[in-house]
Amino acid sequence: MAVKKKLAVFKFASCDGCQLSILDLEDELLTLAQEITIANFAEASRAVLDGPYDLTLIEGSITTPHDFARIRELRDMSKFLVTIGACATAGGIQALRNFADVSEYTRLVYARPDYVETLHKSTPIAEHVPVDFELRGCPVNKHQLLEVISAFIADRKPNISSDSVCVECKRRGTVCIMVAKGTPCLGPLTHSGCNALCPTYDRGCFGCYGPQDNSSPAALTQYWQELGTDPQVMFRLLRNFNPATEPFRSESEKWAPKTPEQ
Amino acid sequence: MGTENTRTIAVDYLARVEGEGALYVKVRGDHVVDVELRIFEPPRFFEAFLRGRSWLEAPDIAARICGICPVAYQMSAVHAMERIAGVEVGGHLRELRRLLYCGEWIESHVLHIFLLHAPDFLGYPDAMQMAADHKSIVEKGLELKKHGNAIVNLLGGREVHPINVKVGGFYKLPDQYSMRELEDQIKRARDLALDTVRWTSSLEFPGLEIDHELVCNGKAGEYPMNEGRIVSSAGLDIAVDSYDENFIEEQVEHSNALQSRVKGRGAYLTGPLARFNLNFELLHEPVKQAAREAGVVASRNPFQSIVIRALEVFYACEEALRILRDYDAGLPPAVDVDARAGTGYACTEAPRGILYQRFSTDAQGQVTDAKIVPPTSQNQLAIEQDLGALVPQHLDKTDDELTHLCEQAIRNYDPCISCATHFLKLELDRGPADA
Repeated sequence: MAVKKKLAVFKFASCDGCQLSILDLEDELLTLAQEITIANFAEASRAVLDGPYDLTLIEGSITTPHDFARIRELRDMSKFLVTIGACATAGGIQALRNFADVSEYTRLVYARPDYVETLHKSTPIAEHVPVDFELRGCPVNKHQLLEVISAFIADRKPNISSDSVCVECKRRGTVCIMVAKGTPCLGPLTHSGCNALCPTYDRGCFGCYGPQDNSSPAALTQYWQELGTDPQVMFRLLRNFNPATEPFRSESEKWAPKTPEQ
Repeated sequence: MGTENTRTIAVDYLARVEGEGALYVKVRGDHVVDVELRIFEPPRFFEAFLRGRSWLEAPDIAARICGICPVAYQMSAVHAMERIAGVEVGGHLRELRRLLYCGEWIESHVLHIFLLHAPDFLGYPDAMQMAADHKSIVEKGLELKKHGNAIVNLLGGREVHPINVKVGGFYKLPDQYSMRELEDQIKRARDLALDTVRWTSSLEFPGLEIDHELVCNGKAGEYPMNEGRIVSSAGLDIAVDSYDENFIEEQVEHSNALQSRVKGRGAYLTGPLARFNLNFELLHEPVKQAAREAGVVASRNPFQSIVIRALEVFYACEEALRILRDYDAGLPPAVDVDARAGTGYACTEAPRGILYQRFSTDAQGQVTDAKIVPPTSQNQLAIEQDLGALVPQHLDKTDDELTHLCEQAIRNYDPCISCATHFLKLELDRGPADA
C-alpha cells in the first residue's frame, strides 16, 4: 500500500466553522482518517507530525503581523495549499475593517488599545502566497470540502461547480423569489456551493459564497431598483461576508450612504 | 526540565479546543506561582462593525463569531432585538427556537464529549485514533452528533451558520412530514444519549472540588435555554438588563483577553455544571433518574462535566421530542416586528455557558451600540483557578502527564476561544520551556 498522504489544517482569523465541517462529516470521518494521515489539526488532535505536508487546509484571513509571517512558513512546508471558506478566500466579514478606521475600532472594543496588535486590513491568503485551490463559503459546504480532500487523495482535480446560486436554484426547481415575491436576492452574482439554500427557505440569497466569476452586478442592482429596494439594503447585501472581493466591493461603493459609515 | 525545584508547564498551542490558545503554569516547590491561559486569537471587531448595520442583520452577523455555537449567537441577538421592539415571541415560535437550541446543544455537546474530551480520559491524542480500539463508541458518538445536526439542518437550513432564524421568528417552517421523520431520528438519539450518560459515568475522574460561584439562567419554570433571570449559587438573582451592573470585564496584564468577574466577588463558572446544579429540579424525571444512577447529582467536579453534558444531551432529546410531538406546520413562521429606538438585552444558554448581548438601535433600526460577552471569556478565571488547585495535587507526575492533565482540565470547560469577540493578541514572552 502506498504511503498515506499527510493532511494539515491551520487556522487564522476565523470562527472555526469551516474546519468544524470536517468533524461534521459524521458518516465519512473515520474512513477519511484511514485514507489520509491527519498530521496537524489542532482542533481535532493533540498529535502533531512535522511538515512538510502534502495537503494543507487554511481557514481564516490574515489580520496580524505574526500571521503574515506564519502563512509564508506554511506555504513553504506544503505541497498543496487550499483555502477553505470566505475568510481565507476573501478576507471574510472581518474585512469590513478595510473600509473603516481600525484604530477607532480598536478603541471601541478594547479598554487598552495599545495591547492590540492588528493590521489595518483583513486579507485573503492568496494576497500573500500562491494558493492551489480556493473553496468558498461562509461556511464551506462540507460535501464540497470532502470532494476537495478526496480529489487530492486520488490525484485529480476537484469537481466543484463554478455556477452561480441562480443556476443552482433553477436546477433545484425553486420558484424565483425575486420574480415571484419581489425579494431582493444576490443569487445571480453569488458563487454556487450552498445548493441555493436561502430561496428554498423563502429568503433572498445574501452572498455567503462570494461573487461568481463573470457576474454583472450593475444589471442586478438595476433590477433591485426596479423592485423598489432601499439603496441601504442593497449596500448591506453587497457588503457582508465577502465585502472586500470584486465586484462586490466596487458595486457596494455605488450604493454607500452619503455620510461614510459601515 | 527546570532548575532545582522549579517546574514549568507550557503548551504553546492547545489542541482539541475551538480557537487559538496556550497554557503556561509555573511551579516553585509545591506552589503554583503563575497560571496563565493565554488566548492569541486575532481580534475581529464584531462589536465595532455591527454599528451602522440593520437590526435585522444582527443574527446573521453575530453568528459568524462562532462556527461551533452559531445558534446561541442568533438566539441572544433576536431576543435582544425583540426586547427593543417590545415584542414577545411566544407560542409555537418560542417552542421552535427551543427546539433549535436543543439541536445545537446536542451537536456541540456530543462533539465535545466524543471528539474532544473522551480521548483525554482514555489516553488517545484524538477520536480517530481512539476509534482504532473503541470503534463502536466513536461511531455511536458520531451518529448522535448527526441527529443533533439534523435538527439544526432542518429548522435552521444548515448546521454551521443557519439561515432560517430572523427577528420575529423564522423565514419558513419545515413541512409536517420532515418534522415527523426528524422525530423518529430523535427517538433513536434519545437512546444513544442515555447510553452516553452511562458510558461517560464509567470513566475515571481526577478529583477536583472547587467552590466556584455558579452562574446561569434560572427561575424560568423550565431548564434554561433562551430566557430567565441570571442567578448564581452565591445568591445573585437579577434581570438580564442588570447584567452590566453586576458583571465587569477587565483587561488584565497577565492575561491577553478580557476576563469577566462578578462585581465584588470575582471568578465564576458558567455552563453545564452551573445549569445542572441550579436547575436540577427542572429536568425531566428520566434525566434526573439517569443523573442519580450516574452518581453526579450535585457534583462540583469540573472533570465530571462530561457526564453533565451527556445528561443535557439526554434532556435536549426529551425536550426536542416533546416539541416535535406538538408541531403544526400550518402556523405562521414569524410575527411582525417594527424598528424603534432603544436598548435591548438578552442572555441565553450557549452550550458552554451564558452568552450576553446588548444592542442599542435608532428609530430606523440601525445599530448604534453593541456589546457581546461570550461564555469562554466568563470562564477564563475559573479555568485558571482550577489549574492552580489541580497542579499541586499531582506534582509526582511526569511533565508529560501533568501537561496532559492540565489540558484535560481546560477542556472540562469546552472553551470556545474563537467566540471571543474581545480576545486579542498580545506580544507574549513565551520563554524557553525550562525558563
